[in-house]
Amino acid sequence: MAQDQIHVLLADDDEDDRLFFSDAIHQLNLNTVVHAVEDGEELMNWLRKEGNPRPHVVFLDLNMPKKGGIECLEEIKKCPHLKELSVAIYSTSSSQKDIEDSFVLGANIYIKKPNDFNVLKKAMGKVISMNWQFCTSGLNKESFILNV
Amino acid sequence: MLDYSSLSMVINFKYDIHKACIKIISDHLEEMELSHSFNGLGEIKINKSISEEEFESLRNKLIPYGISIINSQKESLVQKIKDVIVEMIYLEEKLPISKTSTYLAEKLNLSYGYLSNLFSEETFSTIENFIILQKIERAKELLISGDYNLTEIAYKLNYSSVAHLSNQFKKTTGLTPSSFQRIISRRKANKQLEQP
Repeated sequence: MAQDQIHVLLADDDEDDRLFFSDAIHQLNLNTVVHAVEDGEELMNWLRKEGNPRPHVVFLDLNMPKKGGIECLEEIKKCPHLKELSVAIYSTSSSQKDIEDSFVLGANIYIKKPNDFNVLKKAMGKVISMNWQFCTSGLNKESFILNV
Repeated sequence: MLDYSSLSMVINFKYDIHKACIKIISDHLEEMELSHSFNGLGEIKINKSISEEEFESLRNKLIPYGISIINSQKESLVQKIKDVIVEMIYLEEKLPISKTSTYLAEKLNLSYGYLSNLFSEETFSTIENFIILQKIERAKELLISGDYNLTEIAYKLNYSSVAHLSNQFKKTTGLTPSSFQRIISRRKANKQLEQP
């Protein structure tokens, strides 16, 4: 595998979900570094802080205290420095409306939180590998839409 | 009288990325007074050897355009594989019928087994997946352009049927082509609302 490290940033207020997520990603052995924060406000601060690595993809839970996932998504897409980031919505909702609305607001990826660890692992593998292609092969980010 | 300065307008562009990149690189080399020739597939021959500083300055000038200079042999071969695939999918009016494995091996003069292993080692994907991804990207682009329907796109990209394209689209993106189209047009409408 290539030496390049993949940086992933996760915002989720549920500790179990954060662990579940990191475990799944680490088991993929893709040389991924996971940074986790507990709410949307912390996320935006993390992104704006100089010296932090620029994540290849940001995962946002929809319901979080202080600032929710959709608010963060809109803020990221409006900020000239951040709008190129790949944004994934990571949510328990599987409603078609939530999915479509997230994409319309600029999300690139929508992942329904699975209950099964292996399903999550598989989904993460797909997300990370496809995102990597979009980051390194000069593909058009504007049409990067993936629903897992 | 109509005040034109208060009206906004939308211009649609169509561009050839390949040509654009060649023009950008060529302009920069000329500006640095370096005579050069294009060998095809992203390879450029400079007719003299250049200093470390010149090399770095060229590298830095090209960064804002998303163009980078490739360092290692392996990286360069992976890029060539990608270029051949992209060229095949984007530049040909209709995809060549012969198997892509044969096509790649012939174009790069190396065995497909070697190319395929190298690609998997260096990227987080396989050649097969990369081709599918690129074909679906091309399909998205053609859908967004509004000039083609799904049947025409399926034919252009060598799918045996519309159903086959639809299935691969759904499998790759998680969305049907029609919901993809709906999302893109809602995004456009959204952006127009935001701009005064």
